Amino acid sequence: MHEMSIALGIVRIAEDEVAKAGARKVNSIDLDIGTLSGIELDSLEFVWPVAVKETVLEGATKNINIIQGKGYCMDCAIEFDMQNFADICPTCHALLKEIRQGKEMRVKALEVE
Amino acid sequence: MCSTCGCGQDDDVKIARPGQELSVEAVAHDHDNPHHHDHQHHHHGHSHDHGNRVIELERDILHHNDLHAAQNRGYFDALQITTFNLVSSPGSGKTTFLERCLNDLKTEMDFYVIEGDQQTMQDANRIDALQVPVVQVNTGKGCHLDGGMVTDAVKELDPKKGGVMMIENVGNLVCPAMFDLGEDFRIVIISTTEGDDKPLKYPDMFHGSQICIINKIDLIPYLDFDVERTKEYAKKVNPDLIFFEVSATKGDGMEDFYQWLRSNKKS
Ligand SMILES: Nc1nc2c(ncn2[C@@H]2O[C@H](COP(=O)(O)OP(=O)(O)O)[C@@H](O)[C@H]2O)c(=O)[nH]1
Ligand SMILES: [Mg+2]
Ligand SMILES: [Zn+2]
Ligand SMILES: [Zn+2]
Ligand SMILES: [Zn+2]
Ligand SMILES: [Zn+2]
Repeated sequence: MHEMSIALGIVRIAEDEVAKAGARKVNSIDLDIGTLSGIELDSLEFVWPVAVKETVLEGATKNINIIQGKGYCMDCAIEFDMQNFADICPTCHALLKEIRQGKEMRVKALEVE
Repeated sequence: MCSTCGCGQDDDVKIARPGQELSVEAVAHDHDNPHHHDHQHHHHGHSHDHGNRVIELERDILHHNDLHAAQNRGYFDALQITTFNLVSSPGSGKTTFLERCLNDLKTEMDFYVIEGDQQTMQDANRIDALQVPVVQVNTGKGCHLDGGMVTDAVKELDPKKGGVMMIENVGNLVCPAMFDLGEDFRIVIISTTEGDDKPLKYPDMFHGSQICIINKIDLIPYLDFDVERTKEYAKKVNPDLIFFEVSATKGDGMEDFYQWLRSNKKS
């Protein structure tokens, strides 16, 4: 389950930033996670308590901002919602599309003390 | 995240050459080097009286993996090494495909192989039997290779200029999709014994690959697998995919891939 790697990646970023800021711990963390990022939110919730145990993130509030996947069809010049990469333009069914958003997976902000 | 950065999950990652004990610990990549990535993040000191501060980061969660991938990519480019990351479900034929390539081309090109597997040395032993330099990375509980493991393995291999680096990832179509290793091309292999809707079930993997190999075409007469339908599904996910239809055991279709490799190698 790669969500453990994802959670540990978040922990590593938080540990680094807390050390750099000379803080003690994180009160809250804001994450941006796109629906096309490949991160299963249920799995992330499941591994989170284990991953943050005895780290600066233990007890921190986690706020997840879910970013809806969006594709753009160049032929029709329309934007459409994507649940996964197989979704194509609902109007003309062209295969070619530009992914406008939804691949995000990032730590947006941390509140530390 | 990577084998030697001190993240707890990776305690049991091991890197070894065939014939070495698997207890050999991963060689440390230089994490004593300054490793803090001070690019463009701003510390906005909100001075609330309780002393809390908000740090705006916008940092990619896989930042650390991506640093290793970039490091690997720079190394491969400098040495003009062409690198492939092979992914598939277990048993689709990654190792057999590699064996076939090495047998047919090893007098023409210098190959290097990194074998990823959770537990065993078997695949590395199969490659070693062909007298091609190989390193096994055992990921333990980890279900994918990451950039740091490849950094370690490449150090162990010490490849020559102009070679071809083949990386067989852990057999799994989900987890390796997210982790850039620094490769030039990702090859996803699907075999005719699997469902032809695999590209729709595992779209992330097909989206992130450049080449799709349909393997075990020798079995088509006995199966319901529809090659054209598979390609149609795969193109919905990724219209730029390049397809090769092969039998890794019999050799059918391999020459097309070799021609492509000859004209797309870096040197
Ligand atoms: N019939 C047939 N069997 C194949 C072909 N390629 C691989 N196999 C068999 O599929 C099994 C798994 O192959 P392997 O290369 O170990 O798969 P990996 O787990 O992806 O590395 C082995 O028994 C191979 O002999 C092929 O083209 N045709
Ligand atoms: Mg194998
Ligand atoms: Zn996994
Ligand atoms: Zn359209
Ligand atoms: Zn590191
Ligand atoms: Zn590392």
